[in-house]
Amino acid sequence: MAAVVEGMEFSYFPGCSLATSAKENNRSLFKVCQKLGVNLVELEDWNCCGSSSTHSINSELAFHFACRNLSLAPAGRPLLVACPSCMLRLRQAQLHLQEDAEARRVYERMWGRPVDSNLTIIHFFELLDNGFGAGSNPDFQASLKGLRFAPYYGCMLTRPPAMRHEKQYHGLMEKILGSFGAEPLVWGHPSRCCGTFLSVAKPAVVTPMVNQIIQGAVDVKADCIITACAMCHLNLEIRCSLKTQLPIFHFSEILSVALGMGIRKSWLKRHLVDPLPLLKAKGFLEKTAAG
Amino acid sequence: MESTDTIRIEASSGPAHRDVISKVVERSGTDIRRCFHCQSCGGGCPVSQAMTYRPNGVIRLLQLGRVQEALQSSDIWFCIGCNTCSMACPQAIDIAAFMDVMRQIALEEGVPPAEPDILAFHREVVGSIHKYGRTHKLEIMMRYKLRQLDMFSDLDLGLKMLAKRKLDLLPSKIADQRVMKRIFEVCGGANHGGGR
Ligand code: SF4
Ligand code: SF4
Repeated sequence: MAAVVEGMEFSYFPGCSLATSAKENNRSLFKVCQKLGVNLVELEDWNCCGSSSTHSINSELAFHFACRNLSLAPAGRPLLVACPSCMLRLRQAQLHLQEDAEARRVYERMWGRPVDSNLTIIHFFELLDNGFGAGSNPDFQASLKGLRFAPYYGCMLTRPPAMRHEKQYHGLMEKILGSFGAEPLVWGHPSRCCGTFLSVAKPAVVTPMVNQIIQGAVDVKADCIITACAMCHLNLEIRCSLKTQLPIFHFSEILSVALGMGIRKSWLKRHLVDPLPLLKAKGFLEKTAAG
Repeated sequence: MESTDTIRIEASSGPAHRDVISKVVERSGTDIRRCFHCQSCGGGCPVSQAMTYRPNGVIRLLQLGRVQEALQSSDIWFCIGCNTCSMACPQAIDIAAFMDVMRQIALEEGVPPAEPDILAFHREVVGSIHKYGRTHKLEIMMRYKLRQLDMFSDLDLGLKMLAKRKLDLLPSKIADQRVMKRIFEVCGGANHGGGR
């Protein structure tokens, strides 16, 4: 397993969500990478990618925020990003730099170095696709047996037209977790938007959106929803007003269970919808590590 | 919701109107003139229920010269830039980029935002990045709530998130203290996005 990525080293851009509100996502991701033999070096002094708000009101600011991060990436090492939204911001800036000579001049003036045209930005899912590409994981074949999950990608799968031909990861959660014995469900909302920042300014608009997603998963008798994005994870946890709430896991957390490293108590404690009863019922709790 | 089929055509759609369209096309890098109103965009838009015109309706307003109505609409503020519409659009129009530019023009021209709460939130986020180089969610929420004079809605949720350590008390900051100042200066100061 993992022969393809073993020994690889990446610069790592966590982004604000993984660094703060979704630390459990960050920590489990590090664990998984460790297990795969991949070394992550956090991008030194990275700044916020700008989030949804910056490009909403000032495109120029958003461009500089993304560029500063790109300028910090040391040569010769690919840059790994786990947040789909940060990924989009950084990739969009990079594409703009590739296409626009004036943008490159601005970059050089601001950051005092030429644009690194060899820098590759890759998403955590791509790393996993390479790591688990073969599909068979004999060591851990049935580690997730009995888990019925609704894979939730949110807007990770949607892109602006300029990025239409970039790699897509639809089906990756199903493929990987399925190879560990979990049962992926076909449902109606794998790429429905979670509402993002409107969750703060317009909760009344977001609650029905989130309810629809959770209800969709309940309807196909899912045990839980597994998310690709920390922002989605938060919204699904805080804005659901249904009686039945489902535990929501970060993909990296479940992968940690799948790989036999369990799920840490300190990660579970940070969940607003308690996943413990489910983990207990499925017999995954023995694998729950303290700390 | 206003039906887009019966939209009124502005009598005075002269050169000024064409200027606005060219400006929008140039800044957004996407040509909204290609839109033929199949409405595939609105079909998947997660917030179309909250909109007045829906995404293609805003484009239609522009095509018809009713620029002010488009700039004054709630729609441009409700759009969360999820790109669902772009994936559906047969004309490959980057609707999210178009919405970005519409908001920015509205701010630059001093058009009062139809959804001031949403703008207030954006300003808090950008302000936090200005200050720390990263977003400090607790402070963003507190300042936003104070600004709205609304400390009590979501109080339970806030406390729960604090207890679950979802909201850090202290900000995560970048070490280079000057760099944000420099970026904001290059972008015309700290007023976070035109207007006001
Ligand atoms: S999907 Fe594209 S062409 Fe169709 S109405 Fe929307 S913007 Fe216009
Ligand atoms: S990008 Fe905006 S207009 Fe398009 S689907 Fe998302 S919210 Fe709707």
